[in-house]
Amino acid sequence: MSKFKLITDGLVRNNPTFVLLLGMCPTLATTTSAVNGLSMGLATLFVLVLSNMAISAIAPVVPDKVHIPVYIVVIATFVTLLQLLMQAYTPSVYETLGLFIPLIVVNCIVLGRAEAFASKHGVLDSALDGIGVGLGFTLSLTVLGLVREVLGSGSVFGWNFIGGNDGMLAFVMAPGAFLCLGYLMVLFNKFVKKS
Amino acid sequence: MEYFLIIISAIFVNNIVLAQFLGICPFLGVSGKLSTATGMSMAVCFVITLATLVTYLINNYLLVPFGITYLQTIAFILVIAALVQMVEIVLKKVSPSLYQALGIFLPLITTNCAVLGVAINVVTKEFAFVPGGMLNLAQALVYAFATSLGYGLAMVIFAGIREHLALMDVPKAFKGVPIAIISVGILALAFMGFSGMVK
Repeated sequence: MSKFKLITDGLVRNNPTFVLLLGMCPTLATTTSAVNGLSMGLATLFVLVLSNMAISAIAPVVPDKVHIPVYIVVIATFVTLLQLLMQAYTPSVYETLGLFIPLIVVNCIVLGRAEAFASKHGVLDSALDGIGVGLGFTLSLTVLGLVREVLGSGSVFGWNFIGGNDGMLAFVMAPGAFLCLGYLMVLFNKFVKKS
Repeated sequence: MEYFLIIISAIFVNNIVLAQFLGICPFLGVSGKLSTATGMSMAVCFVITLATLVTYLINNYLLVPFGITYLQTIAFILVIAALVQMVEIVLKKVSPSLYQALGIFLPLITTNCAVLGVAINVVTKEFAFVPGGMLNLAQALVYAFATSLGYGLAMVIFAGIREHLALMDVPKAFKGVPIAIISVGILALAFMGFSGMVK
């Protein structure tokens, strides 16, 4: 497999949100606007790349029986690192995403890639795989956030195009998350996954 | 009075699945049949309440006094993982019938973000209707238990809907997960009717 394909695979064919259906909780909870979706995606990307690299490096020496707890501790370490970095440099983003930053620890995408890919491949390949899957996650979160922002608050990346606050509030709140994700999946099934 | 508010708020107004988006993966994964949905909700209920008790004590008597609250995430996830393992071993020995009923769902719960989410919420979130804002141990346990009841409620309702959905003739692109997620959306819309009951 070429290095380039490792990255593109995560974007469409193995898209974590629309194909693998992983990491649903942050997908639904943090996509109230395009910017929030984008920041959550990037936060996950950060943890994914670093934990993939670390795990692929230590995988040969970890005893098989305890590999899951070891991976979880590695992931939790990087998440803590991310929490401290975000608190220091982007406190407002940290405040908005709130609970879902520590919850990256239990995001099935991160542990899933560690188990399915990083533990069997080299450090460089694992990093590329992390970038690919992370970008795929970021892309779908940003798209979902964008759709919800347009419908819910009538703006694009914070730029208000209808004037006033005449959006459909339900799309920024909980039900809109499920509805938008459901319909986006339908479109994805219809036009992208056809083959 | 605040116990009543905590319970109503946790079950209906801030339902863990439909308003807080926690524990969606198992919610979608095992809600195909009513019987598995009930089993999973019981297991989650048990683990969330127990995990909240342990993490609350660890946070307030270990992490806070020593000023190492930045280790919260690591400490909590390890405690939860160990706890789930322990519950599994104890149940196998003490109550084989309950173990049979919960069996396959227990290991899945470690990666259920509802458990970690509730544990973190209990020690960090401020509740407007509780004097002082932060929950004490008894309130935390009531909150955890009520939250998991809310999880069970959403799960059982949704499993009922899905059993009917399976028989429906839906367009091909909607089949499976998409139509399920859209149905959750409508369910969440219905639950929005409870907002305003508790501030």
